[in-house]
Amino acid sequence: MHAQNGSLSDPLRVAIIGTGNIGCDLLLKVKASPYLRCDLFAGRRAGSPGIALADSHLVPTTVGGIDAVAELGDRIDLVFDATSARDAVHNWSILKDLGIPVIDLTPSHLGKFCVPALNLEECLTEPNVSMVTCGGQAAVPIAHCFGEASENLGYLEIATASSSASVGPATRANIDEYAFTTQQATHEFCRVDTAKTILIINPAEPGIVMRNTISVPASEKVDMEALRVAVDKMEKLINSYVPGYRVVVPPVSTGDRTMVTIEVEGLGDWLPRYAGNLDVITCAAVAVAEGRAGARR
Amino acid sequence: MNGSAGRKLEICDTTLRDGNHAVAHQLGRTDIVEYAKAAELAGADLLEVGHGNGLGASSLQVGRAALGDIEMLTAARAQLKETRLGVLSIPGFATVERDLKPALDCGVDEVRVGAHCTEADVTRQQITMLREMGVTVKGMLLMSHMAPTKTLVEQARLIQEYGAHAVILMDSAGAYTPAAVEEKIGALVGELDIAVGFHGHNNLGLSVMNSMAAIKAGAAIVDVTARGFGAGAGNAPLELVAANLHLEQIETKLQLFAALDAADLAESTFVKRVPTNDSVTITSGIAGVFSGFAAPTRRAAERFEVDPREILMELGRRGVVAGQEDSIIEVAMGLAEKNSLYQVI
Repeated sequence: MHAQNGSLSDPLRVAIIGTGNIGCDLLLKVKASPYLRCDLFAGRRAGSPGIALADSHLVPTTVGGIDAVAELGDRIDLVFDATSARDAVHNWSILKDLGIPVIDLTPSHLGKFCVPALNLEECLTEPNVSMVTCGGQAAVPIAHCFGEASENLGYLEIATASSSASVGPATRANIDEYAFTTQQATHEFCRVDTAKTILIINPAEPGIVMRNTISVPASEKVDMEALRVAVDKMEKLINSYVPGYRVVVPPVSTGDRTMVTIEVEGLGDWLPRYAGNLDVITCAAVAVAEGRAGARR
Repeated sequence: MNGSAGRKLEICDTTLRDGNHAVAHQLGRTDIVEYAKAAELAGADLLEVGHGNGLGASSLQVGRAALGDIEMLTAARAQLKETRLGVLSIPGFATVERDLKPALDCGVDEVRVGAHCTEADVTRQQITMLREMGVTVKGMLLMSHMAPTKTLVEQARLIQEYGAHAVILMDSAGAYTPAAVEEKIGALVGELDIAVGFHGHNNLGLSVMNSMAAIKAGAAIVDVTARGFGAGAGNAPLELVAANLHLEQIETKLQLFAALDAADLAESTFVKRVPTNDSVTITSGIAGVFSGFAAPTRRAAERFEVDPREILMELGRRGVVAGQEDSIIEVAMGLAEKNSLYQVI
């Protein structure tokens, strides 16, 4: 068994695999948590910007990938997987046998979906926790609010726009997995017949702040007052782990749809503050890890 | 060198795809059947069919279509022999399993995979897969007025590297001038081994002139629609491009009179309003905002009682791209709030 009792004096020992945008932002969030200690930052390419970042923070690094992580065995309590949907499958096949739990930030959906605002408590002992996608972390809680404020929801749609610089090669190569996993998570947390997701990458400079619009057709019966209350409450709840999460268009009917737009501004740790799509998933992953460390119970 | 030397200029008729923007994606089965027959007679090389934003795009974000992708494609397929059936596929909207594979099963001959002009790498998955399957595949760079020539050449090279048969520059906002067309198309033709195409819009009244400039600069493919039926101020009209090609004696498979007939048929049936320039579409061209934003911008301006031109100028400042239609509402609400503050003062 692995220790689940991290504390200030006895932090949870974690490894991060994947040194792209998500891995780097996550590393900085883990560094800032008193309940977590990053014992290994694992990539595959020497001299990558991610490895350089970890070196500069005196975090042990390797270019040995998953094999180097596996070698740590029971000297590690938890692995964050920030590689790609495809690599995450291989990584989990190894870590599962070693009994090392994984918090998965790729859209591979190998374990239980976790959106901390909705089901953190249920995920604290899961061997593999799937953090859905960045768009999912941002939009699924609002989809859940729509579900709560309506009866027999037929159709719900999530449109996410992120800045080009913040969408790395793994996401671009896994764009279909992104859509599929976000839709699956929407169904899990919101009773709706059909869910659809759209992903837009915007190259404007300076980058646009990550935006998500959650819509249902105007024909759906939505209790607008209940939706307003639920969205307001959800914003505050998510702010407890993602400070830059903001409702910019509160529930409104535009004639053809009822919609809510939220934006996520990041802390600016790895990429500038517009790249809230990193923070929304890395902060959620850290919230789960801290929960497992006992910090949030 | 461009590989198109000696080949006829290829005409892509996108009336039944881009035109769908002009009628809030409400083209019906009969419209598709009748126009597909006309396009076949007109000698179009390719007939592109679908929702205005392509496969899988029917949505609240960009408009829900009257017909599903498969219904539209099946209706068109049955009418086409020489003219090939095409679709637009934009990763982020269209996925391989849900959208692309079922479309191919309908007998689609050619897929044009689109991406914002600086984001070509998102087309890799679809282009390589289609190429391996032996399907004709082309890359489309959307909103190409937003990137400098050097960037467009780099992005087009990626598309060539993935295995596409051609790359098309889209003037999605109708913001090009003939000089810009010559520079950008000319550069691509000079730097690439695959064919280059141009897709014009008419926001500044230059769609035909720009298409002709593209051909002179070496473009091997031009996109047209009947009566310019398309997003915003519309596209380069099939009948006017056909007439100009005829006068310039540029060889294509188009049959001049049949092309004129196709445009007449379109106007007498589903073209509810022949695209023209008004204050909204012109401002869209000046602001460099996606032509398809015109209709939702008009609706939002009315709903929130603000000037549609102010919405478009702000969207232009924000550098929004195709697919970000939700921003229209946000901007309109922001303007309405600002206006009401002034009233109070």
